[in-house]
Amino acid sequence: MNELGIQPFFILSAFLFVCGVVCIASKRNAIGVLMGVELVLNAANINLVAFARFNPAFRLDGQVFALMVIVLAAAEAAVALAIILNFYNNHATVDVDSADELKG
Amino acid sequence: MTLPIVLFAIVATITAISALGVVLARNVVRMAVWLLFTLVGVSLLYFLLGAEFAGTVQLIVYVGGTLILIVFGVMLTAQGPLRELRTRPAEWLVGGIVGALLFGLLVTASYQIALPPPSTDNTLPGPGPLGLTFLGVTETSPTANVSGLPDDVVVPRKPVAYLLPFEIVSVHLLVVLIGAAYLARAKRRVKA
Repeated sequence: MNELGIQPFFILSAFLFVCGVVCIASKRNAIGVLMGVELVLNAANINLVAFARFNPAFRLDGQVFALMVIVLAAAEAAVALAIILNFYNNHATVDVDSADELKG
Repeated sequence: MTLPIVLFAIVATITAISALGVVLARNVVRMAVWLLFTLVGVSLLYFLLGAEFAGTVQLIVYVGGTLILIVFGVMLTAQGPLRELRTRPAEWLVGGIVGALLFGLLVTASYQIALPPPSTDNTLPGPGPLGLTFLGVTETSPTANVSGLPDDVVVPRKPVAYLLPFEIVSVHLLVVLIGAAYLARAKRRVKA
């Protein structure tokens, strides 16, 4: 594993991050936006675990941070889905473009 | 070509292709399936890195919990079979350009990160040390020097434990549970 180095993990993580950002920016379905957020969080998690493996000072902390991110992502998905369901109850759609009542 | 490199190449290709599938799929159910493969690929990466506990938690919480929650959300908000919300081509163009620029920036930045030489120890701390550090025991904290400093400055790392973040996360989960149940409750109108 040491001969592989940390750069391939960075590049894969950057790819997942970019996929998530494009997903967030371009999807019109609110649940698609939520999936983009999950991709971004997973990209950050790959970086954390790779640092835990390749940086001796970060061996425990990288995993601890990754576990925290996983748990908080589960909580975030629950709240976001509750908001999306509420929006669907009120508007009968999940199109994020129609959520414009707060527009000035 | 050694075994870890070959395994990483296979897993990384699967993960990247499925992540691309999440972006390019138009049907939200297909997006969920692509996301399933991405999450499984990420957990395989954790196993490959030696972080077995993080990989297991990723499989249990993400694939078994969060993804099921998302699929439930898809089912509860479906408006007829195979109906899609289309993205306009101009938005694809702008999103693709921004994504390509961001990817280039991140790859360039990742080549400028200098790390201390990795330890020859191939195993990461398992569930035991992780549980102890969540309970506030500082002895499991690794002894190493702070990285990212100039070569002539050597600062030993202070031992840390994570009892307070653990408690905050648990209370946060309770708050989220109550809040989500309140937000998503069925609203029935009272008949006058």
